[in-house]
Amino acid sequence: MIPPTVSRSAARAVRPPGALVIEIEGVTKLYKMGTEIIHALRGVSLNIRRNEYLAIMGPSGSGKSTMMNMLGCLDTPTAGRYEFSGKNVAHMIDDELAEIRNREIGFVFQTFNLLPRSDALHNVELPLIYAGMSPHDRRERALLALNNVGLGDRIHHRPNELSGGQRQRVAIARALVNNPSIILADEPTGNLDSRTGEEIMALFEQLYEQGNTIIVVTHEEDIARHARRVVRLRDGLIESDGPID
Amino acid sequence: MTRLIYEFTESFRIAFAQIRANTMRSILTALGVIIGIVAVTLMGTAINGIDIGFQQSLAMLGDDVLYVQKWPWHNVDDWWNYQNRPAIRTEIADQLNRVIEQTPNSLLEIAVPVAGRNGSVKAGQNSVSGVMIFGTTADYSRITTTEIAEGRLFNEVEANAGRQIAVLGSTVSEQLFPGRSPLDQIVDIRGQHFTVIGTLAKQGDFLGIFSFDNQVIVPLNAMRKYYGNRMGVDVRVKVRDKTKLTQAEDELTGAMRRVRAQLPAERDNFSINEQQAFKEQLDPVKKGIAFAGLFITGLALFVGAIGIMNITFVSVKERTKEIGTRKALGARRFTILLQFLIEAVSISLIGGIVGLLLTYGLCMGIKTAMPALPVEFSYGLVIISMVVSIITGIVSGFAPAWGASRLDPVVALRYE
Ligand SMILES: Nc1ncnc2c1ncn2[C@@H]1O[C@H](COP(=O)(O)OP(=O)(O)OP(=O)(O)O)[C@@H](O)[C@H]1O
Ligand SMILES: [Mg+2]
Repeated sequence: MIPPTVSRSAARAVRPPGALVIEIEGVTKLYKMGTEIIHALRGVSLNIRRNEYLAIMGPSGSGKSTMMNMLGCLDTPTAGRYEFSGKNVAHMIDDELAEIRNREIGFVFQTFNLLPRSDALHNVELPLIYAGMSPHDRRERALLALNNVGLGDRIHHRPNELSGGQRQRVAIARALVNNPSIILADEPTGNLDSRTGEEIMALFEQLYEQGNTIIVVTHEEDIARHARRVVRLRDGLIESDGPID
Repeated sequence: MTRLIYEFTESFRIAFAQIRANTMRSILTALGVIIGIVAVTLMGTAINGIDIGFQQSLAMLGDDVLYVQKWPWHNVDDWWNYQNRPAIRTEIADQLNRVIEQTPNSLLEIAVPVAGRNGSVKAGQNSVSGVMIFGTTADYSRITTTEIAEGRLFNEVEANAGRQIAVLGSTVSEQLFPGRSPLDQIVDIRGQHFTVIGTLAKQGDFLGIFSFDNQVIVPLNAMRKYYGNRMGVDVRVKVRDKTKLTQAEDELTGAMRRVRAQLPAERDNFSINEQQAFKEQLDPVKKGIAFAGLFITGLALFVGAIGIMNITFVSVKERTKEIGTRKALGARRFTILLQFLIEAVSISLIGGIVGLLLTYGLCMGIKTAMPALPVEFSYGLVIISMVVSIITGIVSGFAPAWGASRLDPVVALRYE
């Protein structure tokens, strides 16, 4: 390895990665638009281990979101192998994928995607409802998650009574609440000013240090720099994959 | 299992939040169901009322009494065959009673002659017209279902002697002697003076056609003095066991043929009527009214159902992104289906409850304003209309809810 010249990235601890969580091999994704076929992914292979902090980068249209949907089990590949914690998810049906998303994956969206008419607490409880947890346990877990993101005093606020940064914190608490194997964030700072964005990235840093596995999609170098490993996509192919800088 | 319960409560919570957030829209949609439910349940109460009135009326005829008459109670095409039958005369009752006595283990108890004539009854300045004046014997007390309110019916001695005494129906009594007892008062029936010895308890209308309370009962022998000895009557025969009505009817036919000395080849020259036959006559009519009424009012409910379907489609469209988010968080297809179905059912059920309350109010109103109209609110109606509105919600919400549950999460999340 090249000895670090910039102290910033060297100063941060790289935690030892754990067991294999995601194993992707030769995955392609095609979209049919009438007669035209769009190759969103042209055969990508990728391994992600527990407690990694990964950034996926690339220009617009390079396939980042497609990749993200695949990793998040929102979509299945056209061809290729995808194993999540040893389970082959490439051929799972809708409800099986829903189960995986509920237990193993925490989503953070660019547009927050909170339920507008529910307070922070109920928003965070939602994945636990789908997991079949009792109201009492649900509340306890949700309060813990909200405290963890520093919103213990805002639990009964609705999204429109919260700032953008606070909304994204609620969304992160929601992603965390069911103890997922990975947290997937697609442009999590895209709708925030740079200062608030930095706060959110600091929160991700904290979560990483607590032992979470984080994957962030971004096209901003400043954001990607927070990760420990960066995967660069171009035209549906992995251009490079390695530690930051 | 517990997960299902949590998803149910969550779905109700969402549904009510959604209804509250779109109050106007929900009210308008529910209005369609309200109108439908009011129409259907009002029609239901009317049908119910007709049915109850019908049964009450039939009960007045007595379900253990056979009527020996010249004419049958059903319509006949060959009326001339009946026209020539001999009239039923009062002696027939005595002759029948003799046959009944001679028959071992007879299914018949007693035959009583009852003559009916229309007339007016007066007392002082007061007068009632269109009164049914019945002439009968003291045995009448054994076949009638009517109760005596005050006084008594005449006894055998009085009846045989043809005493000029009368028992008044409640309407006659109230109109001739408002606010006072008619006992021992004199009434004028067709120019003859009768002393009132009793009054009958209130009975009500027969199918709304005529009132059983507008009657007077006098001894048959008193009536014969003015109408002559050969006046036609009905003979009412009480059966011992109303579960063996058909056998009793057969026995009575035989007895009548003996009384009339009919030859085996001859057709019966009399008819034996009973309330069951009457019921069978009216049942198809009743069913026809019920079917037509429910079909027409059902159309109103159908329009309400379309309103719910429409609003559920709108709701799914508006919340496509939310559906995507919920799916990303682990909602299964069934969860989403349930959510929108419960939303549709909630609106429909609210409409159903409000509609039912309105119907209840309307029924009470109609009952006080027009007591004669047969509207009858029943608790069966509550259950039926709740079930109907739940089914309406499920049926009309199903297509949009199904569509929502099958949405691709990626497409739904991308929806703006
Ligand atoms: N549902 C779809 N139907 C058809 N084509 C699609 C669909 N989704 C994505 N694509 C195409 O696939 C390619 C990759 O899209 P993707 O959204 O993954 O890019 P991206 O890297 O996320 O871009 P951006 O940075 O702009 O979000 C693009 O050419 C896009 O037009
Ligand atoms: Mg994208």
